[in-house]
Order: sequence, then structure tokens, then C-alpha cells
Amino acid sequence: MSTEIEPVEEFRLRAREWIKSNLGPTQPFDRTQHCKDDEEELVAVARDRALQRKIFDGGFAGICMPKEYGGLGLTPEHNRAFNEELAGHEYPSRFAVPTFNPCASTILEFCTAEQKAAHLRAILKGEEVWVQLLSEPGGGSDVAGITTSAVRDGDHWVLNGSKVWTSRAWWADWGLILARTNWDVPKHAGMTVFLVPLRAPGVEIQRIIRLNGESEACQEFFTDVRIPDSDRVGEIDAGWTIGTRWMFHERMGHNSPYVTYPSGMTLSAAQEDSPVAIARKSGKIDDPAARELIGEHRELGIVTRALQGRIAEAATKANKDMSAVDRLFRGVASVRRSTIAFDLAGAGASVWDEEEEAATDAIGMNFLMRQISCIGGGTTEISRNVVAERILGMPREASGDKGVAFRDVPKGPSRSQG
Amino acid sequence: MWHELTSDQQLLRDTTARFLADRVPLDRQRKNKDSATGFEPDYWTSGAELGWIMPLVSEENGGLSVSGRGIVDLSLIAYEFGRHSAPGPLADCNVVASALSDSGDEGHAAALEEIMTGSAIAACCLGAAPWQEPGESTISIARDGDDLVIQGSIKPVESAAQAGYFLVTGRSEGGVTQALVPASTAGITVKNLKAIDVSRKFGAVSFDNVRVPASVLVGQFGGAADAVAMQVRRAAVILSAESVGAMESAFAMTVDWAFDRYTFGRALASYQALKHRFADLKSWLEASHAVCDSAADALADGLPRAAETVCAAKSYIGEQGVELAQDCVQIHGGIGVTYEHDLHFFLRRVTLNRLLYGTPGDHRRWLAQMQIEKELAA
Ligand SMILES: Cc1cc2nc3c(=O)[nH]c(=O)nc-3n(C[C@H](O)[C@H](O)[C@H](O)COP(=O)(O)OP(=O)(O)OC[C@H]3O[C@@H](n4cnc5c(N)ncnc54)[C@H](O)[C@@H]3O)c2cc1C
Repeated sequence: MSTEIEPVEEFRLRAREWIKSNLGPTQPFDRTQHCKDDEEELVAVARDRALQRKIFDGGFAGICMPKEYGGLGLTPEHNRAFNEELAGHEYPSRFAVPTFNPCASTILEFCTAEQKAAHLRAILKGEEVWVQLLSEPGGGSDVAGITTSAVRDGDHWVLNGSKVWTSRAWWADWGLILARTNWDVPKHAGMTVFLVPLRAPGVEIQRIIRLNGESEACQEFFTDVRIPDSDRVGEIDAGWTIGTRWMFHERMGHNSPYVTYPSGMTLSAAQEDSPVAIARKSGKIDDPAARELIGEHRELGIVTRALQGRIAEAATKANKDMSAVDRLFRGVASVRRSTIAFDLAGAGASVWDEEEEAATDAIGMNFLMRQISCIGGGTTEISRNVVAERILGMPREASGDKGVAFRDVPKGPSRSQG
Repeated sequence: MWHELTSDQQLLRDTTARFLADRVPLDRQRKNKDSATGFEPDYWTSGAELGWIMPLVSEENGGLSVSGRGIVDLSLIAYEFGRHSAPGPLADCNVVASALSDSGDEGHAAALEEIMTGSAIAACCLGAAPWQEPGESTISIARDGDDLVIQGSIKPVESAAQAGYFLVTGRSEGGVTQALVPASTAGITVKNLKAIDVSRKFGAVSFDNVRVPASVLVGQFGGAADAVAMQVRRAAVILSAESVGAMESAFAMTVDWAFDRYTFGRALASYQALKHRFADLKSWLEASHAVCDSAADALADGLPRAAETVCAAKSYIGEQGVELAQDCVQIHGGIGVTYEHDLHFFLRRVTLNRLLYGTPGDHRRWLAQMQIEKELAA
């Protein structure tokens, strides 16, 4: 075999052939990742694992992952070509985020060869779904303010504390966790990253019911969970170096070259129905004001995609923090799009009788939930701070934790030590 | 703009930037606000010599695109126009030149030559726009024996008083027709309008039973709808690129101001309320760059998504360009609404560009129409 990289267009044609003969059309739950109940969710999970295995066996998994860990060792352009060919087809949506990115991206960047060998291939084969254990009941924006602690005990670490908002932890396999290992130094200098199996003794997982009734989010309680030192990532107390890159990957979201997902796919239940279909149902399709809203909805989709392309290009060249611009724009545009869908649907999105339920309740619920696009994955306020401070170079906000041992940093009641 | 530029494209852009900085600095524009024409005739012919009106014209017709992707080259020129708030009917002259070149009609060769060299200015009288219902057209073009009869009026038309030619688009039985008529033709009246721009001048053009030979036709009688849609897309990309340039200047000026201006013993740039506003402005600016480049690319390469992407660019930048400029005014405080300050040049530019060749509302309705047709077909 030659060591030449396969030209993108040849790869594309090969991918097109394979996708056509192996993958069916997009399923509703590929888009919304929202199932009727747990039973249906577990069926979808099993389908996703099998689908990922199929892609692996077909030779298309981990396009940008190195060959020694089961990937193809190709370029982001190859991945983009594959994603474009995947448009309209079923895909393992539960692997995209956070398993491929930011978890696998972070593992690839910071783990030892043994750790990578143990997990990356398993991920690509559909055997391991990962979650990220960052946010805590005491706060999610101030990631470096975590209080979940890990204490050394021989060749193990003992983990205590709680993480929250973790999507899909109730059926996932592994977590990447940031824990405090030193309380006597300033906050950024006392954290370490670990790999933790979610079924380990001492891990208790509770579901959180969201206001729309679904409960994919979880809270994890860790009580004397023992983690071997071989599952530590990077140096002791050097977790923040990893954390900043981890959050960079997180801001890239589905744009990451490690993520396989159909281009043009809008990842929100609000787009279950197209705005055209919504306006037809509500009888507004010929109303010029409704037409403008439909056009604006489409416009924002097109602009969001164009910006993603521009930022992905920038991230490989210039300022890595540009991904915050993308995150901010996506959040705000998505909020506007769910408002438009809600307006087009009329009263039927707020009150409905049983026959109408299937048609319109999702739009109302999505409207109530619309701010998640500005909260999940780091809030838009935090992105604004990043844009202003790291891209435009404006002065940083004053903080109460600079140069102070973390033990002495003022904390709200939920983060005070017991 | 972040196109991977060829060295020829960089040269084109940089030469244009230097020329504009030298010929139409804002101080000069500020002083000349009462000039009837907005710019000197030799400004336009010298600019034309730099290749401003050649990118969309085929080589057989004497045109030249330095990259082979004319609309992309032109968007670079337009971007510099916006950054310098430069006067001149860049969109109209290029649209007319491209229409004449596309029509392949020998009869228009002389006019095309004049327009490309800048010795004549051409203006568009878009009396039947793609997003309009037939009843909303303001110009009609009818056949009468071997002649055409043009009736109706249109405003605003850029540089109408200086124009040597009008490309008239009107409604005809069964379709849309285009004709190139000399401005001196009997029955055409141009009335000067006042406008919110300092250096760009506009007029209202009326056609009172203007009788012209059928040789003025550009394309087929009643068969110009597709050509008109293409011309509007080109104009929309040019105007969008211009607005992105104007947004860039307004934003850069306001960021500088935020670092220099102090209140309560702190720079404005240190207040989180303002930092967050700047982050929003930055996201609009980047989004505008992105969608404008994407539209130019799609149009240059004739991609299926071109129609939609251009509409999205024109409506997004139309709306957000003005919001950005107004926010820059707000962050400047009182100085932001003075004639002495430079900011208003860019505010004017994006405000007029929002209106020309379709408002955000027009383009959104057009987009919706495409979306409805697409879903019907599926
Ligand atoms: C759908 C969804 C999925 C999620 N999935 C995960 C997951 O898988 N794993 C995980 O670890 N977490 C996850 N999260 C949690 C998410 O990352 C946090 O909710 C988020 O980072 C905000 O943290 P918080 O909720 O604690 O709010 P806080 O940090 O308490 O913030 C409260 C408010 O204050 C604002 N704020 C805070 N600090 C500042 C500041 N310096 N300047 C200006 N404004 C500020 C915030 O923007 C916010 O509006 C998810 C959340 C959602 C909604």
C-alpha cells in the first residue's frame, strides 16, 4: 500500500457508494435525539451502537483519528466530504457530541498511548459512549471552581462529590471528569483529569426531569469511588491545561473534525417540522408576514452554516478562540428560530386538544426550552467574555479568586465545603 | 473577507484601496456634500482603468476577471468601497455591463465599451423585481409594431442624472422585458432626489410613452425574468460586500474608541455590559463576512445553493449591518451623531444598501417562496 493520502474526491465517491448501499434514511430521533420514553431511547441507543460498528467495519469510522487507534488518519476535508455525503442518511447521533467531541478529541490530545489504545478504538467500534463530567451543582460557568475532590490513596485515587446536567449518563459507559486534587493553591493549579467508568462502585446516577418532561440529564453522586492512577490523564494538578483545550473542543461542537454527522442537519427538536409545514398547518402560509418569518428562519440557517465554515477554517489557522464567536451566534440564532417556529404555529403551540397534540406540542415545548441553546455547552455570556477578552483584547473582569488558595476563595452555599 | 486570495486578487484589492484613500478621503467627501454629482468624472474613468467594471464581462467582450471568478473579484472591490464609503454606481454599472455581455448582442457592443471604460455611466431601472407580483411592477414595456413603448416610473435610481444609459426592466404581456435606452431618449425625465448618503446621488426616472426601436432589447421580449434574477443576485452580492466593508470600518473605529474613552476612571472597554455588546457586534460582523463570501462563491461557481445564499446574505447583512452601525453610534455617545465624526458615513452606506435591490423583507419573502417550492417538489 502506498503512503499517499487518498484524494478527497476519490474518498468522497467511495463514501457515497458505501453510504448509499449501507445506510437508510434519517430517522426522526437522529435529529431530535428525543425519544418518547426510556424503552424507545434504549432501542435508539442500541441502534446507534450497531450503526457505529457498521461504519467502523465499513472502514469509515474516525476519519481524522490516527490509524493506530482504529481511525483512518485522514484530513478534516475528508471528514467534511463524508459528512456531506451523509446528508439525509441515518447516523449514530448519540456518538457525535460529547463522545467524539469533546471526549475523544481530548483523549487523543492528552492521554497516554495505553489509554488511547484502550478507549479510542472501543469508541470507534461503538462499544463506549462517553460523557463529560464538568458542571457541578455549585456552578457550571466557573469550571475551574469545581469542588468534587480526588484524594490519593496508594496507587488509587478516591473520588467524592457530585456532577450535574450530564446528558445521557444513565445509559452511557465512561466519563471524563475534572476533580480537585489540591485545595492549597489557586484554583487553576489544583485540578486533575481522570477517566471514570460510570458503573463503578460508589457512582449513583439520578435523572433530572426538565420542564418539557424529558429526563436525559443526570446528576451523579460519587462516594469513595476508587480510580486507579493509570486512569489519571496528564500530570497531577495540571488538569486546567487539559480543561482549557477540552472546552475549546466543546465550543467546536459538531464542527469538530472528529465528529461524523450529516451536513445541514439541524440539531433541535424545534425543527422537527419545517417552518413551511408549520405555517401550512396553522393556515398562515399565504400571509406575507408569515412568509417573511419563514424566510428569516431559512436565512439564519444559511448564515449559521456559512459562519461555521468560516470559523472552522479560522480555527486551523489563526485565533483558536474564534470558536466562541460561532458558539455565540449559534445560540442566539437558534433562540430566534424557535421563536419564529412558535409564532408561525399560532395558538396551537400553546393550547391543544388531543388530536392536535402530535402536531404542535413539540413547538410549544421547544419554545419553553429555547434557552438551552444559549446555556448548554457553556453559556453565551461566557462566550461573550471570551470574544471580548481574548479576541478583542478588552480588560478581564475582576475576580475574587486570583492568587488565593482555593480553600479560601469565597463560595456560595452550594460550594462551601462540608 | 477571507477568501484565499490569489496574488492578482490581492493586487486588485490593494490598488483599489490605495486609489480610494487617495481620491475620496472622508474629509473631502464631507466638504463636497453639496456637489451635484458626488464625484468627479475622471474619478470614475480612472477607477474603471483599474478594472472595476470588467470582472463580469466575458473575455470576448473585452472583460477581465483576474481570478476567473468575476463576482468574487468584484466583491473585493466592493468591500473596499464600503470600507472607504466610496461614491460611484459600482453595482449598477457592473450589473448593466454583465447583462449586455451575457446577452451576446452585437448591437450593444459600443455601449458596453463605454460603460466598461467609465466614459458612460449606466443605471438600472428595475421596474419589475423578482419578488414582486405582476401587479406591483411600476414599468411596462409593450410592443407596438417594430417599436417598443416604455411607460412608468421608478425610484431611487443611483446616479440617474449622470447616466448615459438606462437598463430598463419592465412588465410585458407574458413576462419581463429588458431594454437598454440612452438617457437622452425623448420622453425620459430624471428628477434629482435628496438622499441620506453624502456622496451617492439618486434620481427618479419616468418614462412617458417612450418609443424606441426593438433593437434596444436586451434578451428576448418577455423572456428576461431569469436574466433579471441573476442581475439582482449580482447586485445583492456587490452591495452586501460593500456593507460588510462599511461594517468593518464602523466596528474597528468603535473598538478603538472603547479603549481610548474613559468614564468613572475606567476605559469603556472594561465594562462588561459593553464588552458583551462588542461580542455580539463581532459575531454579526463575522457572520456577515461568512455569508457574503459564501454567496459570492456560490454565484461564481454556479452552485444550486446560490439563489438562496444570496438572498440570505442580502437580508441578513441588510438588517444586521444597520443594527451594528446604530449600536456603534450608541457606544460613541453624543459624538456619534455629529457630522464631524466619520461614523455616519458608514451608517449611511449600510442604511441605503439595506434598501437597494430588495429590502430584508423582500429577500425573505423570496427565500420563503423558494423554500415552499422546494418542499412542494420533495
Ligand atoms: C441541554 C444541556 C446539556 C448539558 N450537558 C452537560 C454535560 O453533558 N456535561 C456538563 O458538565 N454540563 C452540561 N450542561 C451544563 C452547562 O454546561 C451549564 O449549565 C452551563 O455551563 C452554565 O452553568 P450553570 O448552569 O451552573 O450556570 P451558572 O454558571 O451558575 O450561571 C448562571 C448565569 O450567570 C451567567 N454568568 C455566570 N458567570 C458569568 C460571568 N463571569 N459573566 C457574565 N455572566 C455570567 C451565566 O451565563 C448564566 O446566565 C448542560 C446544560 C444544558 C442546558
